[in-house]
Amino acid sequence: MRSLFYLLCSAFVIGLAYWAYKENYRTQASLRGVKELQQHIAQEKETIAVLKAEWAYLNRPDRLRDLVDLNFKDLRLIPLLPSHFGDSEMVSYPGPDMFNINTPVRVISTDPENGKEWP
Amino acid sequence: MIRTPLRPLARVIEARKHGENPDGIEAAERTKRNLATLQKTRKRAEARLTMLGLLFFLGFAAVGGKMAVLAMSEPKEPRMALSNSQIYSQRADIIDRNGTVLATNLITTSLYAQPHIMINPEYAAKELAKIFPDLKLEKLMEQFTGKRRFVWVRKKTSPEQQQRVHNIGEPGLLFGPREMRLYPNGALAAHILGGTGFGKEDVRAAELIGVAGVEKFFDARMRDPAQVDKPLQLSIDLTVQATTRRVLEGGMKIMEAKGAAAVLMDVHTGEVISMVSLPDFDPNDRPAPLVKGDQSDSPLFNRAAQGVYELGSTFKLFTAALALDKGLVNENTMINTRGPIKWGKFKIRDFHNYGSQLSVMDVIVKSSNIGTAHMAKDIGGKAQKKFLGALGLLEPTKLELVESSHIKPLAPSNWSELSTMTISYGHGIAATPLHLASAYATLSNGGYKVEPTLLKTDSDNLHGARVLSGETSKTLMRMLRNVVTRGTASFGEVKGYSVGGKTGSADKPKPSGGYYDDRVIATFAATFPTHDPQYVLVLTLDEPSIQAAGEKRRTAGWTAVPVAAELITRLAPVLNMRPEVAGSGKVQYTQVKN
Repeated sequence: MRSLFYLLCSAFVIGLAYWAYKENYRTQASLRGVKELQQHIAQEKETIAVLKAEWAYLNRPDRLRDLVDLNFKDLRLIPLLPSHFGDSEMVSYPGPDMFNINTPVRVISTDPENGKEWP
Repeated sequence: MIRTPLRPLARVIEARKHGENPDGIEAAERTKRNLATLQKTRKRAEARLTMLGLLFFLGFAAVGGKMAVLAMSEPKEPRMALSNSQIYSQRADIIDRNGTVLATNLITTSLYAQPHIMINPEYAAKELAKIFPDLKLEKLMEQFTGKRRFVWVRKKTSPEQQQRVHNIGEPGLLFGPREMRLYPNGALAAHILGGTGFGKEDVRAAELIGVAGVEKFFDARMRDPAQVDKPLQLSIDLTVQATTRRVLEGGMKIMEAKGAAAVLMDVHTGEVISMVSLPDFDPNDRPAPLVKGDQSDSPLFNRAAQGVYELGSTFKLFTAALALDKGLVNENTMINTRGPIKWGKFKIRDFHNYGSQLSVMDVIVKSSNIGTAHMAKDIGGKAQKKFLGALGLLEPTKLELVESSHIKPLAPSNWSELSTMTISYGHGIAATPLHLASAYATLSNGGYKVEPTLLKTDSDNLHGARVLSGETSKTLMRMLRNVVTRGTASFGEVKGYSVGGKTGSADKPKPSGGYYDDRVIATFAATFPTHDPQYVLVLTLDEPSIQAAGEKRRTAGWTAVPVAAELITRLAPVLNMRPEVAGSGKVQYTQVKN
């Protein structure tokens, strides 16, 4: 009986030791993973910062103004002036709804030769 | 184990045979047995004690050992607690009121050399001089062949330059990561942002330290690790700032001025929406301060917040404001304008002769020095000083710029009656355009004190102490409007925005004393729209002149005012202000259903 108890105990201890060993390595592995992830995040953040800076640099007012001047033919943009403000009076009151132009319409008239409907 | 009985039969019989007491045998046996038990227990106790001692020793050894290890090893942050932000970025971004980036950080590489491990220093120096044209070949040669073991070559390099340096193939040229400050908008808002420089430098990193502007004012906050993720939001609007700079630059060229400044301020909150000073500089490549000569000629000089000028007739409004607020006059009271006023050998005269008397309104509209001086005499110097003090015109502003925090307006220490009269029309007192803008904002917003600020405020109404009554404020706005519709600032009319303003042209003082005849500071302080003031614009031109209507004109009405009008035309739509066209707002719409 006693030896069985000892046996069980030692088996339990061995089991525990194995579990602890495994957990230890798993923890270390996830820590490594976290570290890698954090490096990755840091890299991505750096990239974002660079992109943000580039975006701000590309959108600087001086450059945009020059681009607008260069592409005046296509864009026809000029600085916003007070005369550009519209008034609700300038918008005409919406008329009645137009019918759907995709619906086919039958056009009927009478054939002058025989007096029948045509076509 | 064979147990010995206490009374072994053989020995008891033997003892009985000899007539001895067998109890003696039992006693002896018992003693023997007790002795054995005692020895056994003792042994066990000893073993236990040893075991316990060993355990304690192990325990203490473990603690001690750990302590020794901790003491000997390098201190290290626990890996899990490493926050991401600390890996890069050691300085917070700066953004404008709409969130556009004004300043951010970029990782670049620095280039340094270790001459003692160089293989061919001469060749490396020649190639480097080719890649970086601003480096001197002789100096590089001297540094690389000298005794130094470490030489900084460049603090910032671009990836292209880095590749070209790699192509030299010199093992003694090394790179280190380096964070740099980037101002993507270049010279826009240069004076506000200031600039940064490197503090303590290392091969692996370098400190970024603010050297001027908000960068220096908020240096501690920008570098605070707890706030490094939160960008600093300024009250500046980048679009408005860009427009202001462009128009001002054009105006400065047309008016042949050597410098110009403009401040646009929200009259209610004191937020500076744009502040431009020309000439300016690129904060990415901040020029060195002037070693000799006048600092105010340097592009680093902020004319709007640092330049202390006599702002001339723009101060007349303060005199009128005080006289109205004290109830001494109303806008129709007639003021004696017969001149010139003689004060000892000093004479006060007007630009034109305005006849014998003008109403208070017309004194402002026509800008009569004599009329204002008479009003100031009635008010008295003490009250005038107190009022100008209440408007913040005698103390440095609280603007968040290091440059402006110690700029105190120049006022006479002895406030005599003569100074009271000259100050009434803006001579003998000098302030920055920023001071003027905040004082005009106070007059415009109904009379509440305004402190200029560069930080965006969330609340709409940050009203300070009341300086003058709302009624006076309204009268003043009518006066300013009249200056534009029929007075000295007639070029300032912008259709639909009801601009009101006051001009000021002051002769520039000579460094040797006295005033120049042909150099003026032309100022226009405007507020719009006058029936519900939203913004104050102060525009200053340094030494402007223009050939107009047959003669050379220098007064503000011909120089600063047209530029300001153009500026308001361009700015008001950007500021989301609708022009008020006749007829708009009067039409009523009724929805009819049948």
